[in-house]
Parts: sequence; structure tokens; C-alpha cells
Amino acid sequence: MTATLLTNLHLAIPEIFILCMASIILVVDLFLTDKNRHITYLLSQLTLVVAFFLTLNLFSADTFYIFSQMFIADPMSSVLKLGVYIATFVTFLYSKDYLKERDIFSGEYFVLGLFAVLGMMVMISANSFLTLYLGLELLSLCLYAMVALQRDSSVASESAMKYFVLGAIASGMLLYGMSMLYGVTGSLDLQIISQQLSSVTDKTILAFGLVFIIVGVAFKLGAVPFHMWVPDVYQGAPTAVTLFIATAPKIAAFAMLMRLLVGGLLEIHAQWQGILIILAISSMAIGNIVAIAQTNIKRMLAYSTISHIGFLMLGVLSGTAEGFAASMFYTITYVLMSMASFGMIIIMSRKGFEADQLDDYKGLNQRSPWLAVMMLFIMFSMAGVPPFVGFWAKLSVLKAVVSADLLWLAVVAIIFSIIGAFYYLRIIKLMYFDKAEESTPIECATDLRWVFTLNASLILLIGLMPESLLALCKQVVMS
Amino acid sequence: MFLDWPLLSLVIWTPIIGGLLMLAFAKKGNAANTRIIALLISIITFLLSIPLYTDFNISTVGMQFTQNLPWIETFKINYHLGIDGISMPLIVLTTFMTVIVVIAGWEVIKEKVEQYMAAFLIMEGLMVGVFASLDAALFYVFWEAMLIPMFIVIGVWGGENRVYATIKFFLYTFFGSVFMLIALLYLYSQSNSFEILDYHHLKLGLTPQILIFIAFLLAFAVKVPMWPVHTWLPDAHVEAPTGGSVILAAIMLKLGAYGFLRFSLPITPDASNELDWLMITLSLIAIVYIGFVALVQQDMKKLIAYSSISHMGFVTLGFFVSYQIFENSGNLKGAALGIEGGIVQMISHGFISGAMFLCVGVMYDRLHSRQIRDYGGVVNHMPKFAAFMVFFAMANAGLPGTSGFVGEFMVILSSFKANFWYAFLAATTLIIGAAYTLWMIKRVIFGKVVNEAVTTMQDINTREFFFLAVLAFTVLLFGVWPAPLVEVMDVTVVNLLHHIMQSKL
Repeated sequence: MTATLLTNLHLAIPEIFILCMASIILVVDLFLTDKNRHITYLLSQLTLVVAFFLTLNLFSADTFYIFSQMFIADPMSSVLKLGVYIATFVTFLYSKDYLKERDIFSGEYFVLGLFAVLGMMVMISANSFLTLYLGLELLSLCLYAMVALQRDSSVASESAMKYFVLGAIASGMLLYGMSMLYGVTGSLDLQIISQQLSSVTDKTILAFGLVFIIVGVAFKLGAVPFHMWVPDVYQGAPTAVTLFIATAPKIAAFAMLMRLLVGGLLEIHAQWQGILIILAISSMAIGNIVAIAQTNIKRMLAYSTISHIGFLMLGVLSGTAEGFAASMFYTITYVLMSMASFGMIIIMSRKGFEADQLDDYKGLNQRSPWLAVMMLFIMFSMAGVPPFVGFWAKLSVLKAVVSADLLWLAVVAIIFSIIGAFYYLRIIKLMYFDKAEESTPIECATDLRWVFTLNASLILLIGLMPESLLALCKQVVMS
Repeated sequence: MFLDWPLLSLVIWTPIIGGLLMLAFAKKGNAANTRIIALLISIITFLLSIPLYTDFNISTVGMQFTQNLPWIETFKINYHLGIDGISMPLIVLTTFMTVIVVIAGWEVIKEKVEQYMAAFLIMEGLMVGVFASLDAALFYVFWEAMLIPMFIVIGVWGGENRVYATIKFFLYTFFGSVFMLIALLYLYSQSNSFEILDYHHLKLGLTPQILIFIAFLLAFAVKVPMWPVHTWLPDAHVEAPTGGSVILAAIMLKLGAYGFLRFSLPITPDASNELDWLMITLSLIAIVYIGFVALVQQDMKKLIAYSSISHMGFVTLGFFVSYQIFENSGNLKGAALGIEGGIVQMISHGFISGAMFLCVGVMYDRLHSRQIRDYGGVVNHMPKFAAFMVFFAMANAGLPGTSGFVGEFMVILSSFKANFWYAFLAATTLIIGAAYTLWMIKRVIFGKVVNEAVTTMQDINTREFFFLAVLAFTVLLFGVWPAPLVEVMDVTVVNLLHHIMQSKL
């Protein structure tokens, strides 16, 4: 028994490493004075770098199952985990100075962040309802606490509370759905479930289970009509935390969608396709239209996230390998853009000035042409204008939808993306066409400046040369 | 020696990379050097595009100067460039007009010179890319990317109402283009290729053809622009800086017409045949109705903008009468006259409308007004300028001996073979066109000086004289000797007609 349980244990070394390091950092942090707090930061970054190489080292084109089939190690999980490390690394780097200026540069941010990373990794490698739920809850609990990090801020506490209550309901829904599927198939193992599905006689329970699961997933993704928490949390949380929520967890959420619907329930694709179509269309509609009315850039980006989630679902619901690869590509590029856009807000902000109003971006071209160009890249990319990477993301998803004979859906998606273009253009209008109202120089640390420049330039560079990333997504999804 | 160079790539990337480097490294406050560097880049690009004309083989139907490299293998997208007799003149027009625009913006643009020049250079490369692409995805990338610099140019250096105009411009064109994207994705799903030339030979049923035709129509009609989706153009023209207006009128409008020749007609010939009544009607409405609209304009730029729409109506008319001519006469000669007339009109309108906008720009720089009523008697104080303006106005009205006459005459002649009434309606524009242009000239250039400020206007300096003279020479050259232009496109056009007269059903 022990022998089988522990075979190929090395495949889980990155998870084990992150767990150990997170615990060690938690303890080390207790003995550090505020002056030496950057040691916590450096240790966290080191952990992520080492984990990156551990995962890279374990990369293999084959699929392995360990821990009695509860844990899966396949190429997709490796790639997504690498994405999580990079996103978290950059997030920590962007956040460092922001946290310092606001006196919340505490060990908790990094330790919670690392535990969240662990939760995401477990989700990404989940091959059973149990592992998936475990990972999801670990991630969610860390995020709730991070939102409330600025405990004196009533806005932050309010959004943390909202997030927690709604998140708990969603977890309950998900769990309820899982229990129904467990009831009809007799297993928690996603593979066994997928084999058992065709022989299920009680379709009603199956349908109910499916609906509850999708509700839970849709909540975590922030798809309409389960999106209410997204704008409040994005706006209320400190920007550093919003940055974290908006990036790496999206990769994990995509993994959850893939593991549940594709890994486990592909058999009943026809059933969930319809539900996802409705979720996708309403997300694109509400996300893009409501974003126009926003004056707070964090809130606007929250609605933009909702619309991107709608687009991301299009690939998954097409039900083909091409579509899954397209969605994966979309997720990765979305995280890249989201990282840059919140990074921009962090660079613009300073102590006592959050730079979260749209008007704060007026005349940026006069104050800093370089930052303005970078923001221009980000906004046009989000709007899906070539040659930026966002265009290829949209193109690949739409291509999958058209190949799946859902031409009308592609037309609907494209109409909402035209509407969406307006509010991205408005930011560019503010930066380039309006006069600056203040002339305070924008200062930021050198490392932040360089990483941000790299991040935003990648949006253009991958846009010009998308082949390798596209091929990678296709390859890992195929296996 | 030029044949083994990747000339098209050079013409596309020299200005784009030059523009980007200028954005990154240009020193603020050193505008003089920036201008000279921009001029050098644009002249080098123009020189690089000359061999495209001189080494062009006019007797072959195939694509020339081709370059084909894999770009995105996952989607089978290639970096495939090549030109034929239709796209080559348009590329040379683009590189030529960019030099003019850089010179025209010399002293006028004082703020953010490096950004202004970079935007025009990048735009030049992207527009050449559109004309040179043989891969549909590559085409689309250039097509959309081009909107970004134009959006910035109108928004930053434009007039009072620039934000409204530029967002309208962007959203209108974006709206049209995305439907083309869907059509291209559908074609990809049918043919498993993004090659435009593969689409030309793809068999399609009538219903898909009509839907694809409509999707293309949305994209190209907005760009041309055709009535009733033309409303962005007067706004964009009025608010854009002179250089922006010139590029818009001279080249961007041609992209839509080019799209009809490269996509709509050859990919969906049967739908084009079915719906040619629609295209002819819209063209005639543009020619006649918009002509009347131009008559009542008070703003010179608006007047020229409406006149552009009216003239572009000739282009689309020339393209789409070809089916009826073929049915009536059974030979391709007459139909070829219509399409060639359309292309000649495109090139000639590029020079003439560009020149007209430059003339208005020259006056605007002195008096800061575009209103006709603020001028009058300009000839008394700017005799040299008045001579040029009158000449370009005559060309705009289609006076024989100028290039404006050649294209319009060819189109009217060919539409006679299709239907007398088409020709009749189209020919009325010669009268309306003369009316609105000459009436404007009468009120602006001649007559008494009503506005004191006019007396302070200085005549054109050497720089202004230079670009107006070059344009005047070109207009005259193609007016009396259009043969070099018609020769290069003849084989390509006849081949295109052969292709579109065969049903794909």
C-alpha cells in the first residue's frame, strides 16, 4: 500500500518544496524586525525561482498519476504551474514598494501568497474532486485574508467580507454538485467518472450535479451572473492584492474548468455547452457594456476581466482540442495583459494617491511618454487590435468557435468586442489627447521599471511572434 | 541588382523600424534633426519603391517580388508578400505621398514632432503592408494596425472636436473590419488556408458567397467610404491635421477600393454578380447625392471630404458595372475599361485630393480658419498659391488634360455600355463637381477682400511651392500621358475579369 502510494513521489516535489518553504518563511518572518522585512520578500522570490526550475526539470511529455490517482502530472499542468510562478514572481516584485509605502509590507502578504500558489498548484494537478476542492479552498482562504490585509480600511474589509460570504456559498454549490456526481457514478476520480457517465441511468441527478458544478466554477471565474463580487473586490482590495487576484488565480481557474468539464465531463459536452454559451454571452455583454460607465480604473478593469472570461469560455465550450488550446493561450495572454495593467496602476500610484481614477491618467503622454506608450500597448491589446497579442488570443478563440460550426456565436462575440473597444480607447484618449492636470513626476524603482517595460513589450513581441506560445499550448493540450 | 533584394519587406519595414527608433531615441527639443531624419527615411523608402515600378514585368499575370516565409505555423499563416498590376501603383503612391506629407508638416507641427513624424512613417509601412499582403491574416494585421497611428494623429494634432472625430473614425472602421475577420475565419475553415490566392479558387455556394460578400462589404464600404456609412469621413477630415487629411484621402480610402478588387470580386464572383445592382445604386447615390451635399458646405475641408466620397463613387461604379457590360457585349474589353478607369481614378484622386487638402492647409496655417466666408480675394495677396489652387480645383472638377479627367472619362465611357442611365447620372457629376469646386474657388480665391486678415497673408514659401509644384506636375503628367499607369495594370485586370466571369457554383 505504502509502496503504491509513494511511487513517483518526486513528481510532487515542487508542491512539497513550496509547502516547506512557505512554512519556513512563516517562522522566519516572526523573528524579523520591520527593518529586515525584505528578507521575507527575497526568500519568497527565491522559493518561486527554485520551484520554477524544479517544475521545469520534471517536465515530461507523458502523463503520470500519483497518490492513488488523485494527483496528475501532465505537460499541461507543468506549463500552467510555470505560468503561476512567473505571474506570482512578477506580482511580488510589483507589489514590494507599493506595500512599503502603505505600511503593509508584512510577511503575511508573501506567506499567504505562497500558500495560494500551493493551492493553485494542487488545483492544476487535481485528478479527483477531493484534490480539486482542497486546492480551491486553500487558494480562496488565502485570497480572502489578503483582501483584508489593509485592516484599517473599511472598503477593503467590506470587500473581503463580501468576497468571503459569496465565495463560501459558491464553494458550497460546487461541493453539492460534486456530491451528486459522486452519488451517480460512485467515484471521486475524474477519470472513472468520465468512464461511468455513459452508463448513468438517473439523468436528472446528473443534470443537477452538472449545473451546481458549473455555478461553482462560474463564480470562481467571475462569469455573469455570478460576477457581483469581482468589481467590489477589485476596487476595494489594495492594488497589490488586486494584481495578485487578477493574475495567477485565473490560470488555476482555467485549469479547474479544464479538469472538471473536459477531464471529467467531456462525455456530456452537449449538455454543458449550452450553459457555457449563455454564461459566455452574458459575461461579454455585461462586462463590456457596464465597463463603459466606470470612472474607477480598477473597477473598469474588473468588468473588462468579466468580458475576457466570457471570451475565454468560448474556446472551452467549442469542445475541440483546438478550442482548449485557444482558451489556454487566451488565459496566458490575459494574465500577461492584466499583470501589466495593474502594474501600471501601481507605478502611477504613490503614498496617499492610488491613481485609480480614470482622470488620473490625463495627459500621461506629457508626463511620461514611455509609460504612455506601454499603456497604449496594453489597452490596444486588450481591445484585440493587431499586432498585439490580445488579437491572436481573440483570433484563436474565434477560429475554434467557427470550426465548431457556431458562426453566430463568433458574430455575437465580435459585436461585444467592438463595444468593448470604446472604453479601452477612452484611456488612450485620456493619456494622449487631454492635457495633464498635475505635473508630479512619476517615480518608480529601477527593477520595477524594467520588469514593467519587459512585461508590456512582451505584449507586442509575442504579438509579432506568437508561434512558439501557440504551438506550446496546442502541444500540451493534445497530450 | 534589385531583383534579389526582398524589396517589399524593405519598403514595409524601413519606415516602421525608423519610426519606432525615432520614438525611442529622439531628443525632445531637437525638432530640426527629427524632421531631417524623418525626411531621409521617407525618401529612402520612396527610392526603394521605385524599382518596384521599373523592374515590374507588365506581361505576366502572376504575383511579382514575392516573398513567402512561414510565420505562424500552428494556424498556417505565412508572411507572404507579392504585388501585381493593381497593388504596385498604389504602393508607389503611398511612398510618394508620405514624402509630401513629411515636407508639409515641416514647420507646421511644433509639438511632439518626433511622435508626429513617427506616426506617419509607421502608418506608411503598414499601408504598404496592406497592399503587399497575400496572406489574409497578414493583411488583416496590417489593416487593423494602421488604425492605431491614424487614431493618434487625429486625436493629438487635430482640431477642436478631435476626440469625437477620432473615436468615431476608429470605432466605425473597427466595426466594419471585424466582420471581415469572421468571413476570413469562415474561409479558413472551408479551405484550411489563409492564402488569399487559395480563396480565389475556392468553390463556394451562393448563400455563403452572399454572406461573405456582405461581411467584406461592411469592411470595405466603411473604408471607401460608400453612402450611407460615410459619415465618419467628413468629421475625421475636418478635425485631422493637414497631413492626416492628406493620407486619409490619398491612401486610406483607396484601401477599401483595393479590398473590393482583391477580396470581394475574385472570392465571391457570383455574389458580386447577384448584388451588383446594390453596389451600382450605392455608387450612384454617392456620386450624385453627396455631390449636392458638397455644394452646400461652408467648411472647405468638409467640402473636399464630400467631394472625395463622390469621386470614390466613380471607383466602385467602375468596378461593379463590369458584370452588366459583359452580359451586354460579351467581351471583356469594355469591362476592363471600367475597372481600369476605377484604378486610374484611385491614383489620380490620391494626388488631387491630397493637393486640395494641402492647399487648404496652407491657408489654414496663415489664417487659422477653414470657413469659406473668412476668405475672399486671396489671389490679390497670394498669386502663386492661387494659381496652384485653381489648377487643382480644375483637376478636381475633371478638366481634360488633368489626371482627374482620365479616370472619370473611362468610367463614364464604360458605364454607357452597361446602361445609358448609369452613364447619364455619373456624368452629371462633372457638372456638380465643377459647380461646388469652382464656386468655392470663386468665393475663396477671387472676389473682393472681405476679411481684413486676408491682406496679411504671405504668399507660399519655397517649401510649399515645392510640394505643390511636384503634385501639379504629376497631375498634369498622368492627365496627358496616362499610358504608363494603364499599361502596368492591363494584364492583371484582364486576368481578374477572366476569373470573376467564371461562376464558382
